[in-house]
Amino acid sequence: MDIDRYERLWIMLSAAVLLSLFLALVYSVYALDIRLVDDAGQVDPATAAQTPPFDEPGVYQEGPGRYRVVMVARAWSFQPAEVRVPAGSDVTFQVTSLDVIHGFRVPYTTINQMLIPGQVSEFRFRFAEPGEHYLFCHEYCGVGHHTMQGRIVVETAATGAR
Amino acid sequence: MTMGAQASIARGDGTAQELYRPPETERRLSLAFITVGFAHLAVGILLGLLQGLQHAGIDLYAYVPFVRHYYQGLAMHGVFNVLVFTTFFIGGFLFFVAGYGFRRPLVTSGLAWTTFWLMTAGLLLVDWALLTNQASVLYTSYAPLQAHPAYYLGLVLVVVGTWLQLVILLRTFFAWRRENPGKRTPLIAFGALVTLIMWTMASAGIAVQFVGFLLPWSLGWMQGIDPLLSRTLFWFTGHPIVYFWLLPAYISWYFMLPRQVGGRLFSESLARLAFLLFIPLSLPVGFHHQYLDPGVSEGYKAIHAFLTFAVFMPSAMTAFTVLASIETGGRARGGQGRLGWLLRLPWRDPSVAAQLLAMVLFAFGGISGLINASFTVNLVVHNTLFVPGHFHLTVGTASALTFMGIVYWLVPYLSGRRLFSPRMGVWQAWLWFVGMTIMSRGMSWAGVLGAPRRTALGTAPYFAAEWTVPTWLTAIGGAVLTISGLLFFINLIGTLTASPRAEKLEVPVVESAPDGQDPVPGWLDRFAPWVTATAVLVLISYGPTLYRLFGEMSLTIPGLRPY
Ligand code: HEM
Ligand SMILES: [Cu+2]
Ligand SMILES: [Cu+2]
Repeated sequence: MDIDRYERLWIMLSAAVLLSLFLALVYSVYALDIRLVDDAGQVDPATAAQTPPFDEPGVYQEGPGRYRVVMVARAWSFQPAEVRVPAGSDVTFQVTSLDVIHGFRVPYTTINQMLIPGQVSEFRFRFAEPGEHYLFCHEYCGVGHHTMQGRIVVETAATGAR
Repeated sequence: MTMGAQASIARGDGTAQELYRPPETERRLSLAFITVGFAHLAVGILLGLLQGLQHAGIDLYAYVPFVRHYYQGLAMHGVFNVLVFTTFFIGGFLFFVAGYGFRRPLVTSGLAWTTFWLMTAGLLLVDWALLTNQASVLYTSYAPLQAHPAYYLGLVLVVVGTWLQLVILLRTFFAWRRENPGKRTPLIAFGALVTLIMWTMASAGIAVQFVGFLLPWSLGWMQGIDPLLSRTLFWFTGHPIVYFWLLPAYISWYFMLPRQVGGRLFSESLARLAFLLFIPLSLPVGFHHQYLDPGVSEGYKAIHAFLTFAVFMPSAMTAFTVLASIETGGRARGGQGRLGWLLRLPWRDPSVAAQLLAMVLFAFGGISGLINASFTVNLVVHNTLFVPGHFHLTVGTASALTFMGIVYWLVPYLSGRRLFSPRMGVWQAWLWFVGMTIMSRGMSWAGVLGAPRRTALGTAPYFAAEWTVPTWLTAIGGAVLTISGLLFFINLIGTLTASPRAEKLEVPVVESAPDGQDPVPGWLDRFAPWVTATAVLVLISYGPTLYRLFGEMSLTIPGLRPY
C-alpha cells in the first residue's frame, strides 16, 4: 500500500487534532469538575409517589448553603413547579419521571438531563448569582410537551443565614 | 501532466465496461425503490416547512387535512425522511451498484422483488398508523410512548427487507467470485457489501427492541416495558444507522463522482481502508446519544466518547482522498494553480454540482457532530435545536442532496429517458445549499440559546425573545429548501413522463488501480477480520452495561398514548 506524502501528513494531523480535543474533554471533567449523570438508582414509577424521597417533592436544606431538590415529572408538569434557593447555594437535584420520558433543562446553566421512568437522575449545580431561571421539558412527551415548564428563583442571599 | 493521461486511459478502459447493462427487471426494481423513497420525501419536506413556519409563529397545521397537530407532523417528517426515504433510495441504489459492479444478474432478482414488496407492505402499515395519528411517537420510538402494533410490525418488515438485501448481495458476490477467481471485488460492489454488512450487525439492537419488546408490548402480550433498556437498544442501532445513510453517498463520492468530473480515484487502498474501518467503528458509540441518561455509568459513556472521536478518522481520510480524486479531474480539464482546478469542474452538470455542494455542507456537519460528541460540551446543546441544525447538514444534505445528485444520472439510465432539465437541476442544488445554510444556521443558533428540539416552539409559553431571529432564519431557510424540493420533483416527474427517450447513457464508475500501481494488500479485500473486530469492540463497549440492564430488567411500566 502506497500512501501519498501529503495524505500521510493529513491523517496524522487529523488524529492529533482529535486527540487534543479529547484531552480537552478529560480536562473539563477532572479540572473543571463538569460531570455527567451516572447510575443513581432505580425506582418503580408506579409506587414512586409513595416512596421516599419522591413521596414528598420539595426543597430541603441540607447544610449551610446546601440544598436538595426532590422533584417528580409527569405529563405535563413538574412538581414542585417553582424552586426558591438563595444565591450561592450548591443544589443537588433528585428527579424522576412517573410516566413517559421527559427532559429537564435550565438554559444558561449546565443543567441538562433526561428523566427516564424507572431511573433516578441526580445532578448538582451551584447557583452563584441571584436571578430567575426558567426550566422546561426538552423531550417529546405528548401533545402538551411544549407547555411543560417550571421556574427556579435564586434569591439574594440576605435572607438566607450564612 | 500525468494526471491527464491517466484520466484518458481510464476513459479508454471505460468504454469496454459500458457494454454491461443490468437486466430490465433489475432496472425497474431499482426505479421502484427510488420512486417509493422520494414520494415519501415529498411529503416529509412539506411537513418540514410547516415545522419551520410554526417555530416562527406561523401555524398552518389547520389547513393541512391529514395532520392533526405539530407532533403528528413531526413524527411523519422524521420517519419519512430519515427512515423511509433513505432506506428505500439506498435499497434501489445498492442493488444497482452491486449488479453493475459484479457485471452479472443478481442472485436472484425474484428474491429482490419479494424484498421490495415485503418492505412496501411494511411501509403501508407504517403510513397508515402515522396518518391516523396512532404512531405519533417520533422516529425514535421511545417507550413508554406507545404506538399501534402495525407501526412496529411495519418497521420490522422494512428492516427484514434490508437483511434480505444482504443475503442477495452475498449470494451474488459468491457467484461472482466463483466466476472470477483471484480478482479484487469491484469497488462499487465492495462499497455496497460494506454498507449492508455494517448495517446488518448494527440493526441487531432495534431487532431485539422491536421484536422482543415493543411489538409484544403494544399487542398487550407483555404488561410493561423497561424504558432505559429499550432506549439503549435503540441507540445501539441509532448511531450506526447514520453510516448506513452516509456510506452510499461515499460510494458515489469515492467511486463515481471522480469519473463524472473526468478524474481518477486518488488512492484505492485508502478508500478501501476507510470503508472497512466503518464496520468496527460505527457500532460501539451509541452512548453518545445517552450522555445525559441516568442509569448508564459515566465511565462507559467516556469509552463511547473516545470511540466516537475514532470513527471520525475514516471520514477525515475520506475528505482527503475524495478531494484529491476530484482535483485530478479538475486538472485533467485544464485547471491550473492551487484552487483554479475547482472552477474547471463541470459545475453545469446537476449531478456534480449537487454532490460537491453536499460535501461542502458536510464539512460543517462533521464539525457540529464533534461538538455533540464532546461529552461535557454536549451539556450545552443536548436536545436543543442545535442537534437538528447538525443533522440537516449530514443526513439532510450530505446524504439527501447527494442522493438527488445521483438521481440526476441514475433515473435517466434506469428509465431510458433524458433528464428533463439539467439547468433546473443545477438551480435545485444551489437552492438546497443556500436554504440549508440559512436553516441550519438558524437552528444551531437557537439551540445554543437554549431552544429545545422536538417542541412546538411557536406556542411554547417560555419562548424567549432572543430566539426570534434564529427561528425566522429557520423558517426562511425552510422555505428556500421547499422551493428546491419542488424543482427536484418537477424534474423527476418530468423525466419519467415527459422526457424524450435517451440514446446510450453512461454509468460513471472509476477504475480499480491497475496491478503494480498502488498495490492493494489482501487484507483490504476481506470482510471477516473486520466483522470479528466489531464483535470484540461491541462486547467491550456494550457488554457489561447490557448485561446489567438485562439483569435488572423490570417489565412493569405500562404504555401511554398522550397524543
Ligand atoms: C424542506 C426541507 C426541510 C425542512 C424545512 C425541515 C425542517 C425541520 C425542522 C424545523 C425540524 C425540527 C423540528 C423540531 O425539532 O421540533 C426538523 C426535524 C427533523 N428533520 Fe427536517 N427539514 C427538512 C428536510 C429534511 C431532510 C431532507 C431530512 C432527512 C433526510 C430531515 C430529517 C429530519 C429529522 C430526522 C428531524 C428530527 C425529527 C425528530 O426530532 O423526531 N429533514 N426538520
Ligand atoms: Cu416533554
Ligand atoms: Cu450518533
